[in-house]
Amino acid sequence: MTPLDYAPVLPELLLLIGACALMIFDLYVKHEGRGATAVFAQGVLYLCAAATLFVDLGTQAHLYLFNGLFVVDHFANLLKIVCYLAVSAAIVYSRSYLHERGMLRGEFMSLLLFSLLGMMVLISAGSFLTVFLGLELMSLCLYAMVALNRDSAISTEASMKYFVLGALSSGLLLYGMSMIYGATGTLTITEVAREVARQVGSPADRTLLVFGLVFMVAGIAFKLGVVPFHMWIPDVYHGAQTPVTLIISSGPKVAAFAMAVRLLVNALPSLAPDWQQMLALLAILSIALGNITAIAQSNLKRMLAYSAIAHMGFMLLGLLSGYVHDNWNSRNDAYSAALFYMIVYTAMSVGAFGMLVYLSHAGFECENLDDLRGLNRTHPWYAFLMLIIMFSLAGIPPTAGFYAKLAVFQAAVAADHVWLAVVAVLLSLVGAFYYLRVVKLMYFDDPVAAQPVRPQPVGRLVLSANGLILLVVGILPQGLMAMCVSAVDVLSPFK
Amino acid sequence: MLLSLAIWIPIFAGVLLLAVGDRNPWLRWIALAGSVLGFVVTVPLWTGFDAASSAMQFVELHRWIERFNINYHLGIDGISLLFVLLNSFITILVVIAGWTVIESRTAQYFAAFLIMSGLLNGVFSALDAVLFYVFFEGTLIPMFIIIGIWGGPNRVYAAVKFFLYTLFGSLLMLIAMLYLYNQAGGSFAILDWHKLPLPLSVQIALFFGFLFAFAVKVPMWPVHTWLPDAHTEAPTGGSVVLAAILLKLGAYGFVRFSLPILPDASRYLAFMMVALSLIAIAYIGFVTLVQTDLKRLIAYSSISHMGFVTLGFFLFNALGVEGGLVQMISHGFVSAAMFLCVGVLYDRMHTRMIADYGGVVNTMPKFATLMMLFAMANSGLPATSGFVGEFMVIMGAMKANFWIALAAATIGILGAAYTLWMYKRVIFGGVANDHVAKLGDLNFREIIVLGALALAVLWMGVYPKPFTEVMHSSVNDLLRHVAVPKL
Repeated sequence: MTPLDYAPVLPELLLLIGACALMIFDLYVKHEGRGATAVFAQGVLYLCAAATLFVDLGTQAHLYLFNGLFVVDHFANLLKIVCYLAVSAAIVYSRSYLHERGMLRGEFMSLLLFSLLGMMVLISAGSFLTVFLGLELMSLCLYAMVALNRDSAISTEASMKYFVLGALSSGLLLYGMSMIYGATGTLTITEVAREVARQVGSPADRTLLVFGLVFMVAGIAFKLGVVPFHMWIPDVYHGAQTPVTLIISSGPKVAAFAMAVRLLVNALPSLAPDWQQMLALLAILSIALGNITAIAQSNLKRMLAYSAIAHMGFMLLGLLSGYVHDNWNSRNDAYSAALFYMIVYTAMSVGAFGMLVYLSHAGFECENLDDLRGLNRTHPWYAFLMLIIMFSLAGIPPTAGFYAKLAVFQAAVAADHVWLAVVAVLLSLVGAFYYLRVVKLMYFDDPVAAQPVRPQPVGRLVLSANGLILLVVGILPQGLMAMCVSAVDVLSPFK
Repeated sequence: MLLSLAIWIPIFAGVLLLAVGDRNPWLRWIALAGSVLGFVVTVPLWTGFDAASSAMQFVELHRWIERFNINYHLGIDGISLLFVLLNSFITILVVIAGWTVIESRTAQYFAAFLIMSGLLNGVFSALDAVLFYVFFEGTLIPMFIIIGIWGGPNRVYAAVKFFLYTLFGSLLMLIAMLYLYNQAGGSFAILDWHKLPLPLSVQIALFFGFLFAFAVKVPMWPVHTWLPDAHTEAPTGGSVVLAAILLKLGAYGFVRFSLPILPDASRYLAFMMVALSLIAIAYIGFVTLVQTDLKRLIAYSSISHMGFVTLGFFLFNALGVEGGLVQMISHGFVSAAMFLCVGVLYDRMHTRMIADYGGVVNTMPKFATLMMLFAMANSGLPATSGFVGEFMVIMGAMKANFWIALAAATIGILGAAYTLWMYKRVIFGGVANDHVAKLGDLNFREIIVLGALALAVLWMGVYPKPFTEVMHSSVNDLLRHVAVPKL
């Protein structure tokens, strides 16, 4: 192989070099605010983004590297870009927040970049081995980031929970993979798909395959945070510092979605009838439990955690509608709907947590519902942005969240899961209640004590862009939808 | 192009108001200019409308979301034309009525009304189901904020109830729409759905899907309970728009979706719809009689009047359907006027209780005269607009079934009873207390608003032909279409 053949891994290589260089660079940064480190990290991100766009130009359908360990396709490139944007926004939002709490050290940035590297490996995984490698790299960095605020008991507890349950879920995933490996004799995803398609006819082999599948679905469900594998989500979201919560709720979710697609759609399409049933159950339980439990929360971070559980359930509605009546005709519709949902959800989640980070300042954590009381009086523009984000989370047009829901419901109805769509729709009504409550607090109530917002011109700009993009996509969703369609077009191994 | 202007001019004016903020001295004039301009662009729709044709006119068609084959598809026929005009007209009055009354967050107040006006025009002219849905749902956000910020003491409860009730209905409609989209082979065009053959069982399921959305909006008994709360707590302008326009969305939905797309289910379930309408007219009529709060009384009377509308639609003859449509327009004028009248009193006395009034005629003779006219129209007196619609519906009912007509006509007496009794208690008699004695009569601004509505009520009552002739061919076409089974 010539060096040019490695061009498709350019973004990962750049990020690896950048993250290592950042560790050394940071030693020489004297300023406590670590402005230079942040700029350095942003620079690395934009370089990677440029490299990804460059790679995408040369991507036909699939590019396999390192004997199939690593795959580059439009799907991977799109998700990587989403991750860059989420991490880039996270750096902007969190810098002064962490600085004010004396938590801004070089480790934060380098852990963040290494965790991003894990996400990218996971997104581009072409083999069970790389799936696991990426997953662990991503998760280990996140565990450390949750524990970064080491004097806080609640953060430490959250970190322990996250670590123990994360290790458990990795174990489940590995166990499932080992079963499939035992049945097929290979770890490469394309070969697994071929082997499984050959064996799926015989009942004896099928039992083993489905057994392995169950564990893999459980592992995926842990990482996505869907019921009944959701227990860690509220505690970790609540316990972690808000910027870390922001990070956990965006990039890693995207990566987990990519993992679900790689492991289920790419590796085990022949078992689709089985895993679709499992996902249907997970989806409906998540939507129900997430939405109903969120009502009882008075802590915004916990409320958004339960809302995240519900949203992952909605996303699964798309993922489980690809294989209908023994054919894959609605595959593109279904998977592009799930992908669209995932991207829109990431934007909403980054915006919502970003707002909480932004409104907090030294000595004041904006994390309870009451902290938003009367925001329209004190800061009308932020109230308006939060209004857009909340209505988007609730799925009210004209916001991006509406089209995300429209797309997954359409996929579910087209797959003859009308009952599933009806139940999901009724539960999303329950969800609308607690999002409305946030709007109600901001607009209808009087402020308790006007909290000043520290001036942060860049943060304000990014936050405004983040909120308005939801409105823009809500009015003109075609561009992003088309991107999603062309990204999933190459997904199936049956092409 | 005209329809787009009618939608986007008010919305643009609203966004502009949000941008200029509360301290700008010109903000009221910007709001007025936006609403007047929005109305002016709808006038050519009326003058240029070809009443002989039942086809969609002023059609605009652009690709919007190709992924789902969703188009920016606008057009109006004889059924929707009048609602676009009514809405743009009422918006001007609402802006004038709120001129000095609203003191806090004025820019947001006017912006919410203008944006809502544009969205409502969108609902009435959308020919693509998703476009319709986006506008239909979009109206919830400004109304939620209007009730919640500028409403009465119990406003939060009312706003949330309003939002969740209507959202519940429309979410089921969304599933019905997605089902139709798949059945139609990937098309959201409403006119394509009119031709779609569907088995009866499917039609009935879809009918209920749409029914929840529209029945909540109308509102029909027994899903009406959000309306009295929303009306009572909303500021005057909010009540006016709710009663005059938002309630019409539900009834309009029946004519645009339920009847032509699901004709067999509509006929099959007509007895149920007629029964629900009669219950609304009778039961709500009695409920109205005992109300002690002026706004609540008018809110309940709205439900009762809308019962005539749904009754007319499910009789399946031209008189009934046209009567229903005329009743909708008339109710738009009359209920708007009644709520404005209550607003006039409330601004002076800050109470809505009937018991706090009495003998207002002694201090406010001009007001008493105008309110008399509206009260008469609300009870359906001939030569007012209220008479025309109800009379046509009862005639239509007579053609369909004598007993329905008898029931509707008899119950209609209740309308006169509660309106006139309320009028008597508020306006006549001796001066009830010192507050009433200090009342000042209408000012110029209020005379303009109420006078314009009085002219409209009289015009429609004396010479309704301009209103009915534009809808003839569209209604006849609709009925011909509904008569053919499409199983």
